[in-house]
Amino acid sequence: MEFLNQTTQYLISGLATGAIYALIGLSFAIIFNSTGIINFAQGEFVMLGGVLTIFSINVLHLPLLVAIAVAVAGTTVVGLVFERTAIRPLKNATPLALIIITIGASILIRGLVMLFWGKDTQALPAFSGNDPISLAGATLLPQHIWIFGVTLLVIAGNRFFFYHTISGKAMRACSFNRRAANLVGISVGRMVLFSFVISAALGSLAGVIIAPLTLTSYDVGIMLGLKGFCAAIMGGMGSGFATVLGGIILGILESLGAGLISSGYKDAIAFFILLLILFIRPQGLFKKGETERV
Amino acid sequence: MKSDHIKFLVFALLVLLAPLPLAGGYLTNVLIFVGINGMLALGLNLLLGYAGQISLGQAAFFGLGAYGSGVLTTLYAMNPWLAMLLVAVCVSIFAFAIGFPVLRLKGHYLAMATLGVGIIVHIAFNETIELTGGPSGLSGIPNLTIGGFSFDSDLKNYYLVWGFALVAILLCLNLVNSRVGRGLRAIHDSEVAARVMGVNARLMKVQVFTLSAFISAIAGSLYCHVMTFISPSSFGFHFSVELLTMVVIGGLGSVYGSFLGAILLTLLPEMLRTFEDYDIIVYGLLLVSMTIYMPGGLVGLPALFRRLLPARGSQHA
Repeated sequence: MEFLNQTTQYLISGLATGAIYALIGLSFAIIFNSTGIINFAQGEFVMLGGVLTIFSINVLHLPLLVAIAVAVAGTTVVGLVFERTAIRPLKNATPLALIIITIGASILIRGLVMLFWGKDTQALPAFSGNDPISLAGATLLPQHIWIFGVTLLVIAGNRFFFYHTISGKAMRACSFNRRAANLVGISVGRMVLFSFVISAALGSLAGVIIAPLTLTSYDVGIMLGLKGFCAAIMGGMGSGFATVLGGIILGILESLGAGLISSGYKDAIAFFILLLILFIRPQGLFKKGETERV
Repeated sequence: MKSDHIKFLVFALLVLLAPLPLAGGYLTNVLIFVGINGMLALGLNLLLGYAGQISLGQAAFFGLGAYGSGVLTTLYAMNPWLAMLLVAVCVSIFAFAIGFPVLRLKGHYLAMATLGVGIIVHIAFNETIELTGGPSGLSGIPNLTIGGFSFDSDLKNYYLVWGFALVAILLCLNLVNSRVGRGLRAIHDSEVAARVMGVNARLMKVQVFTLSAFISAIAGSLYCHVMTFISPSSFGFHFSVELLTMVVIGGLGSVYGSFLGAILLTLLPEMLRTFEDYDIIVYGLLLVSMTIYMPGGLVGLPALFRRLLPARGSQHA
């Protein structure tokens, strides 16, 4: 019974972190699909979400919801500036150059945050208290429910945007074939900018809702970003349900591994899975098609 | 070819004479690390600059070299030279084995996979406490000795490290000017075209990956014997990015450029002590701006000027 309760507990926390990975994975996929770029600075958007929210609450004394809005808007501006200054000037850059640029941008953002807000880890208060809810012998925090709720909303919103609005459809058209999209009058440049904006907003939102559970500091972006990438790879870099599933599987495996095997190797589990999938099924877990990711 | 030999001799002479005006002072110590970092940057440059394959896990090979030598000489009291050789061979075998699946990936996926390898190895350094001492590090590593001669001062270590570095440079110069070097550059330009021309691209990529791991492991062994203390924080993702910055700043595809980058990135933080942790802002700015505006790196500067100056002259005319 003890074991069962523990496992339920691991499942719940795994589901919550998995939802976060899913959101970050989606934000990776959105940029990848419209530009073919894996944005190594994606994790910094996540970090900015958490850090900016704490800053808005503690220093600007804004109420929680406004603070979150400010943080997401702030990160979105960073994403916008990033696209304009570092990505757009290089129209025909090689993947190598883009990797180096996005890595450069990521450590630049990290360094600036460290400069302005220091190296301390900070905690964001939980959105609605810390009274645990008992569920099948395990405890569920109100923050978990927030995470599940926000994730579901984002997935639904994402789906609606990409399938039922003109802009969303235009972005999908760009990801299928940029040239054809351009020929039918879609401004590819604008769609690329859009994708950075949406992706930054998504990433920062993930950073905001996880901050009360895990604490946040200038350097949380690397790990969260990489695990989000792992989720996206598992989902085959699609911006849909597969990535969400990938994130959740990763979150649960990691949580079970940390709880039942060794917590020290928790982060190694994610990277082990990442390598395994890149080696064996680079097209993603659920895709049948043989698309070479080059 | 002849000017190449002269260049190397001038460089070697500079290396030999550099510590004389410093009289064994603090800067000699810094120059030792320039040599080690230069070897590491050279290893990465072979892979990145010549073959066009990125690796964000170089710190792992460096760390494996350092920890391999450190553990074998302290816990098992093995002869340091033997340990260095053994570790370098083992790291090479490891690199060769993971090279095949890793280097099948391209671009962003390759970057992520090497990054993953780097992070897993880094976690292992932290967690295998009985061997590595975990986060608090491994101390009491002996200095290298030959017979009764011990490399126990900065000056002696300087010549030790740079001796190895010069051998590595010579080796790499020969390599990049050979058939293999041309093959690597062909892979960089177009892997498909290279294969059509009869270059065994897959094997060659793995071979150069292995060579860069070998050089990194030797540099790691030297590092641990010079420092006599190592801890996992020196071998993390941050250091891999630092190496990447050295290569990009010095010049992709330039042997001496690797050392130029190493000199800059090793001296810069030493001179700007006030910067301390904020050096990553400088690295970030350098990485982004150099890639956008000066993809040839510092080594490409003369060529850039040559190209720009006549153009400006004709505008005035």
